[in-house]
Amino acid sequence: MHIKREVKYQSDLSPDFTEWITSVPGGEHIKECIQCGTCSGICPMSIYMDVTPRRLMAMTNAGFEKEVLSSFTIWLCASCYSCAVNCPKEIKITDVMYALKRRAIEENIQPHPKFTIPILARAFFDTVKKYGRISESMLVVKLALKSGITMLLGMAPLGLKLMRTGRMAYTQDKIKNRKQIKKMFNALEAKA
Amino acid sequence: MNKYAYYPGCSIKGSAKQYEESLFSVCNTLGIELEELPDWNCCGATMYVSVDEKISFALSSRNLVMAEETGMDLMAPCSACYVVLKKTQDYIQKYPEIRASVDKALTAADLVYRGTVRVRHPLEIFINDVGIEKIKSSAKQKLDALKIACYYGCQIVRPFQEFDHPCYPESMDNIFRTLGAQTVDWAFKTRCCGGSLTGTIEEVGLRLNYILIKEAQRKGANCIVTICPLCQFNLEAYQHKILKKYRDFSEMPVLYFTQIMGLGFGIAPEKLGVKRSIISPNKIIEKLTVPKGQDETQIPVSS
Repeated sequence: MHIKREVKYQSDLSPDFTEWITSVPGGEHIKECIQCGTCSGICPMSIYMDVTPRRLMAMTNAGFEKEVLSSFTIWLCASCYSCAVNCPKEIKITDVMYALKRRAIEENIQPHPKFTIPILARAFFDTVKKYGRISESMLVVKLALKSGITMLLGMAPLGLKLMRTGRMAYTQDKIKNRKQIKKMFNALEAKA
Repeated sequence: MNKYAYYPGCSIKGSAKQYEESLFSVCNTLGIELEELPDWNCCGATMYVSVDEKISFALSSRNLVMAEETGMDLMAPCSACYVVLKKTQDYIQKYPEIRASVDKALTAADLVYRGTVRVRHPLEIFINDVGIEKIKSSAKQKLDALKIACYYGCQIVRPFQEFDHPCYPESMDNIFRTLGAQTVDWAFKTRCCGGSLTGTIEEVGLRLNYILIKEAQRKGANCIVTICPLCQFNLEAYQHKILKKYRDFSEMPVLYFTQIMGLGFGIAPEKLGVKRSIISPNKIIEKLTVPKGQDETQIPVSS
């Protein structure tokens, strides 16, 4: 008879993952987490999360790589830093979340196939790489084209209001010295 | 005359134009001169550090280098820009590997970062460089019809600054009280508005902003005042959607702190970008523009 095991054995976990997170700037102290729950208590997002920040810290420490990277939690973090300034062990939870986001993007893991945040992050990144600046309205259009036209239609009433109040940009803002930005990207991307 | 290098950021050139307009007017009154960084690039906000950490610090340091070349302090009115610039400075100093990658990128672009520039938010400049006395003496219009919920948002007060409390700041409240306005005491001064989540996971974003506005109203405020373009946008621009979703909700104007200061200095609303509001603040502003000489008791003050 095969018993379906819910609890993971230590051998199912990824110790490398824990090692990696402690090497990330801001993650040095994560192993010192005392599970006090201050982060979950103060986080305005925790009630919307599938895994609370406290639990996510414990899972990260234990090496639950797949579960952590596929959680909605890392993407629901809005970078408000309230956990980071209140953590008694000075774990920079916001930076840990950023690191987990990067890793999830790298490994192409998403909590849901239609999830838009990594798409937005990528669109934002690519725009800056190309032009050096962001024009919010252009970014929204870009995101909408990738995530479905219904989103764009949903934005239309707001778009009209912004147009009427002169708060809409119709062109992509660019910096002059785009070559300089390109050189910087090249210097960092060509390390491999 | 105090002079600062000025880093506007992308939002201020787009959806937050009234922030820049009012900032310029207020700085003009206070004798502050601003010189925009000639070819600034986007700070990256919360986005590129989610994709590539090294590049995000490198791009941010390009702005710091350009500011250093001016020899002046750098004013960053957007909270996201402010926190990113501050964090970049902090991390370059703390982490040798970040310093190394930043230097590598800057060298390729013929730039050198020395770490001498001071990054500052206008709120902090008004408090520390201008001083509350000067603000008081510049006041021309009593703001006693305003009951303000000061909303600082998250990033300006955490975790790389020293000018105010990270969870319960008071500097903006002090400015407004000096100008004769009332400010409400509420617990959500620095509770996050959701940032870019309002655009990506709308349901959560709407609820966060609903909670904030509802609480401000419960405390008796007649407007919310912010210091950050993203907070202002989230709180104001989605109110029509919140209204559809939550039956017990009513609209409320959301202004920039520089717009309120400008009103207190007697600057015309047109010069403060007030007409760019989606939720019109005219109702509360009209209460202020009572002709001089009229009996003060006729100014309606909300209890």
